[in-house]
Amino acid sequence: MAARGVEERAAFADAMTLICTLIGAAIGLAVLLAARDPAMAFHGLLFAIAGSLAAIFVLKSSFETGGPSQAGSQYMDGPIKVAAIAALVWGIAGFLVGEVIAWQLALPALNLDLPWTSFGRLRPLHTSAVIFAFGGNVLLATSFYVVQRTCHARLAGRWAPWFVVWGYQLFIAVAGTGYVLGITQGKEYAEPEWYADAWLTIVWVVYLLVFLGTLARRKEPHIYVANWFYLAFIVTIAMLHLVNNATIPVSLTGPKSYIVYSGVQDAMTQWWYGHNAVGFFLTAGFLGIMYYFIPKRVERPIYSYRLSIVHFWTLIFLYIWAGPHHLHYTALPDWAQTLGMTFSVMLWMPSWGGMINGLMTLSGAWDKLRTDPVVRLLVVSVAFYGMSTFEGPVMSIKSVNSLSHYTDWTIGHVHSGALGWVAMVSFGALYCLVPWLWNRRGLYSMRLVEWHFWIATLGILLYITAMWVSGITQGLMWRAYDKLGFLQYSFIETVEAMKPYYVIRAVGGLLFLCGALIMGYNIWRTVRGDEPVDVADQPRIAAAPALRVAAAQ
Amino acid sequence: MQHEVFEKNSLILLIGILLVVSVGGIVQIAPLFWVESTIEQVKGMRPYTPLEQAGRDIYIREGCYGCHSQMVRTLRDEVERYGHYSLAAESMYDHPFQWGSKRTGPDLARVGGKYSDQWHAEHMINPRSLVPESIMPGYPWLGESKLDTEDIVARLKTLKLVGVPYSDEMIDKAKQDVTAQITPDSRQAREMLRRYPKAKVGKFDGKAGGEPSELDALIAYLQVLGTLVDFATFDASGPNLR
Repeated sequence: MAARGVEERAAFADAMTLICTLIGAAIGLAVLLAARDPAMAFHGLLFAIAGSLAAIFVLKSSFETGGPSQAGSQYMDGPIKVAAIAALVWGIAGFLVGEVIAWQLALPALNLDLPWTSFGRLRPLHTSAVIFAFGGNVLLATSFYVVQRTCHARLAGRWAPWFVVWGYQLFIAVAGTGYVLGITQGKEYAEPEWYADAWLTIVWVVYLLVFLGTLARRKEPHIYVANWFYLAFIVTIAMLHLVNNATIPVSLTGPKSYIVYSGVQDAMTQWWYGHNAVGFFLTAGFLGIMYYFIPKRVERPIYSYRLSIVHFWTLIFLYIWAGPHHLHYTALPDWAQTLGMTFSVMLWMPSWGGMINGLMTLSGAWDKLRTDPVVRLLVVSVAFYGMSTFEGPVMSIKSVNSLSHYTDWTIGHVHSGALGWVAMVSFGALYCLVPWLWNRRGLYSMRLVEWHFWIATLGILLYITAMWVSGITQGLMWRAYDKLGFLQYSFIETVEAMKPYYVIRAVGGLLFLCGALIMGYNIWRTVRGDEPVDVADQPRIAAAPALRVAAAQ
Repeated sequence: MQHEVFEKNSLILLIGILLVVSVGGIVQIAPLFWVESTIEQVKGMRPYTPLEQAGRDIYIREGCYGCHSQMVRTLRDEVERYGHYSLAAESMYDHPFQWGSKRTGPDLARVGGKYSDQWHAEHMINPRSLVPESIMPGYPWLGESKLDTEDIVARLKTLKLVGVPYSDEMIDKAKQDVTAQITPDSRQAREMLRRYPKAKVGKFDGKAGGEPSELDALIAYLQVLGTLVDFATFDASGPNLR
């Protein structure tokens, strides 16, 4: 009886999923035929192809294997594997585009005088690829992994997790190709146009439901701290995305839309969104990674439970106020600027509370910093987190900001956070995850992780020091006066002075990209199943859980 | 311990998170729709002409905001370099705002009228022909691309929907006004100027012929930036209502 009920439910789920994929394909086809803009028609084609492939996938697996792979096992790891590989691929692509635009600033001829390769279109491609494609896939992979392991429950939904992961890749493809073809809303870090935003909303709501559904199935009474951070990240991003992208399309057959807010209201809404894309996407979500992967990898409990609680609530409360520090001395009212500055400075405290909680988890296991390069990636990322969450509050002080704003100092600050914290913690988590997911005895080569760590760290240091010098130089040149009381430098003189730093920055970026390529090779060999070359040097925890037990026996 | 409530109920945790993250945004954003200094109307501000708006859409499409701000801050050196600090009212018709976050190139809030149309046309095609040290990309294709005015009426209607006060006449005559703005000394141009005071009329890209190019639109937009409010008569402390 019960078995039949389960079977019927599964068949129903398969049928509904199939209908949805076909509706998706049909909408794509309709857009392809109706769109007056060729780029939007191309996006219709992408949807039609994706919907058809999904329909074939659902049909094939429900007839041949009776449902998604591993339907009966305790955990659902298929979508996690896809997201992990996608993170690596998009990451390398995003770093590469960043490298290209870094050289364009040093050698403008590299813009090639073509629309599709000019800096203005490639810059959002770089930012979205690294934040949303690389970072987003790391978050999808780790959140799905962590929520299952800490709840002892299988992901909710038969097809929903697959939809979330592949639907997100479709969003990335539509958004990214859109920028190159000139489709953009013109709001930083929220460039995708209305139809891509609408699609992301659907994917994101399903993501939230899968996450909540999995929490509801948990066999542990308590929800683990990493999941608080993941949940805060998912719901807050939904809120920010919906409010900031409120827009009215010019027509349903064209990509162009106009944001409902204008001027100062739009500016405030945008930076409320923009700074919290940092606060919740690039911080809260990745703190979830820290709270699971550091204790797991060093096999020690989190340093302080009480600190986790204080860290969590104060961080999410304070972060949301920090947006106005992007708008100091502008037409935004002074009280709003001062509020933004005050909360940004206060934000230093929970940030360092979290850093201390992460670092001190190594108590009694500091030797692992020397012996396990994966631990070193995770820990150094937390150190960078501490550094950039100190630099941020300093830069949010109005008098400092009057110098730093609009200069490369901001770019350097962003990258010390993005490369040092977000990317390094992601690399650490992926190096943990891949052998665990693919059931390997360890990574193909720990020596290559060592190389990756040092090359990437050197690259980051070159990057951020070059940007500190260029940013502060430019800020000082802009406000320099000569003896007679005239502005000392024309704008173009300050541009000329940046050239050496742009070259150094691009070299730093190149090193970082090389590190990621080494990682790509290492992961590829691991996934392929090649025997680890230095398994004796790898800690027990590097192996997949099943193989770990065998080794212990 | 009290925190158990959140740790044992995912929905209570969810509601707690939502409440905590809502406060900041409500306090900082909502008042901006009512506070005087942010909704003040200043004499001279008008909606963009259809050609200027089309140019603005190209400015957005090409991602110019990645390197150019449009916000003169209230700092001595900025006011001396760029002109009067920007007022909130000056971007009241900007959907979305383009204040920017980085000055790889100079601020453009008051670039209107600083350079000739011909300078802009040459500079857009090859920036280094005029400024050898410049690192700006060239945009030679803009002069060769015909401006798409197919949906200009729909664009103005959408902008009206989000609060830009385009009159029915402005919307009806949108297509005509595009051509009028690149046809100096014509009756249509005079009519357009009545609807959009202080608009600049000219064949911006310097090419003879009636068809407006994307370069025409972009230069028309750049030339109006920061020129609408007359700062000779503007008094920051006095009443500036029109």
